[in-house]
Amino acid sequence: MVEGALRAGCRFFAGYPITPATEVSEILSVRLPQVEGTFIQMEDEIASLGAVIGASLAGVKAMTATSGPGFSLMQENLGFAIIAEVPCIIIDVMRGGPSTGLPTMPSQSDVMQARWGTHGDHPIIVLSASTVRECYEMTIKAFNFSEKFRTPVILLIDEVVGHMREKIVLDDQEEIEIFNRVKPTMPPEWYIPYEDTPSGIPSMANFGEGYRYHVTGLTHDIRGFPTSRPDEIGPFIARLHRKISQNFSEIHTGEFYQTDDAEITVIAYGCVARSAKRAVIEAREKGVKVGLLKLMTIWPFMRSAVEKVLQTSKALIVPEMNMGQISREVKRVNRGVTRVVTLNKVDGTIITPEEIMNRIMEISDARSN
Amino acid sequence: MPEVTKLIHKYLRHDKKFPHVWCPGCGIGIMLGALIRAIDRIGYEKDEIVLVSGIGCSGRLPVYVDFNTLHTTHGRALTFATGVKLAKPNLKVIVIMGDGDAVAIGGNHFIHAARRNIDLTAIILNNSVYGMTGGQYSPTTPYGMRSTTTVYTNIEQDFKISELAVTAGAVFVGRGTVYHAKLLDSLIEQALLKKGFSVVEVISHCHTQYGRQNRLGSAVEMMEWQRDYALPVEKALRMKPEELKDKILIGVLIDKELPVYQDEYEKIRERAKEVVER
Repeated sequence: MVEGALRAGCRFFAGYPITPATEVSEILSVRLPQVEGTFIQMEDEIASLGAVIGASLAGVKAMTATSGPGFSLMQENLGFAIIAEVPCIIIDVMRGGPSTGLPTMPSQSDVMQARWGTHGDHPIIVLSASTVRECYEMTIKAFNFSEKFRTPVILLIDEVVGHMREKIVLDDQEEIEIFNRVKPTMPPEWYIPYEDTPSGIPSMANFGEGYRYHVTGLTHDIRGFPTSRPDEIGPFIARLHRKISQNFSEIHTGEFYQTDDAEITVIAYGCVARSAKRAVIEAREKGVKVGLLKLMTIWPFMRSAVEKVLQTSKALIVPEMNMGQISREVKRVNRGVTRVVTLNKVDGTIITPEEIMNRIMEISDARSN
Repeated sequence: MPEVTKLIHKYLRHDKKFPHVWCPGCGIGIMLGALIRAIDRIGYEKDEIVLVSGIGCSGRLPVYVDFNTLHTTHGRALTFATGVKLAKPNLKVIVIMGDGDAVAIGGNHFIHAARRNIDLTAIILNNSVYGMTGGQYSPTTPYGMRSTTTVYTNIEQDFKISELAVTAGAVFVGRGTVYHAKLLDSLIEQALLKKGFSVVEVISHCHTQYGRQNRLGSAVEMMEWQRDYALPVEKALRMKPEELKDKILIGVLIDKELPVYQDEYEKIRERAKEVVER
């Protein structure tokens, strides 16, 4: 994640120590000053995200890393970054909750916090990863989406993946596709900071570069000034949603594994997707037609990918380390077309390949009887 | 053209529809005037100034002026300002807060920004009340006073913002009032020129809320109170403690030197690069 961030151009980190995300802080405190970047440990997570947003407005790619309790504190400024359209990255290494919960044990219980934790109607981009290589790739992707769509992007990692050791080969800098925010090119007096363009993404001027404009958490007009006019509020909120919703196909990232002829499809993300893959391989060896849809984009939900596996599947299995946060989305897309079987675990341990395998075999046996 | 007209044309935003949100007689305008005059005297470019604010009446200030302006969340202005300053140290970052912003919801950020000695100037408008939300008591509402949430009088002790800033490690702390307008100009100018975390506490009045609930009269009467109770800090040194009771000390409370965060971080970068080269 650190190497991905640095290669993506991240040069600012503000954070507050929290298990199991502290390693990101520790490594960046060493690496950032080596590359003219800045690391600062703030007084809490609220301040951390505030500083990250400030740095981004000044034109430096910025991120923070935290876990559930810290992520809760960040919700206030997350909303600010959304309404003011400030690119920034939050890595949330999920641990068991609620509250202090299970600091050292894995969970996937922040899926809905990432979606709806901050108040108000808002779109959000949330990515996930299940291998060390994916952590690196998805961090780069997070920065690219964030810069391109002018929105905060959350990378949801679970404790297992966060502490995983795997050998990976890092790309040369030239091989990586990096997207930087589009800056205004017109004279400052023509610049409209929150202009309603067809893409829904206005160009972004950095502080100190001649385009003096107003940034506010209040609902604002196209010039950035507070407004309470319904004819300005409506189009603004609609644009915030539109800039994400008309780019679903670009944002959606996932992996279809043996799903072409699958009669049973497992839908999983994070460390659970690893167990699921093992279970799929073993079940295939036993002749069961089973596949895996691995979600790497959590939000906006990968509706079209689920619809695709629904074309062949007679049953879907959604294993996750929470009480069913993504399975509800799957059921919503399914609309009663097929069976959606949940497999939930909230005891601080991972879902094993055997547990998923057992569920696959139960369904398979029931179908053949 | 008179000086004030020139300043209005130069610094106020022409594309923002006035009138402003403040009540007639409010002290925020006097503070804004002092800030603009100080900036003009020092000669900063408008592009190099970033004006950051929190939430409340004072939070609305940046929208009217032609700088890079940032209206943040309640109490968090200093955290955003920290990010801006560290990302682009050549920018002059000024933070406007109210008393609720600075020492209630943002109290933690305030003491830590002071402790770190980040090169920021914090200007805090202290009107002893939450004005915009309808006059609830704040951490600077004195004991025994009334507000819409202390109708039976306030039983809490009030924070002394400037003294808190001194204790937390700010390298420059000045306190003025909106009555002593010339002193305010000078305090803000000194604070802007000071390298490190500088604070100016501006004692103001909220006649609309605090004044009405405590029967303190009009804006003019409340400013006369500022005149009568303010005491230059130099004069106070020669007075007995009992004579200083209920007085507000105005002037420069502290002006000292401490290592500035950005300068220290430059040294960290040098050390980090040495490690890489080794």
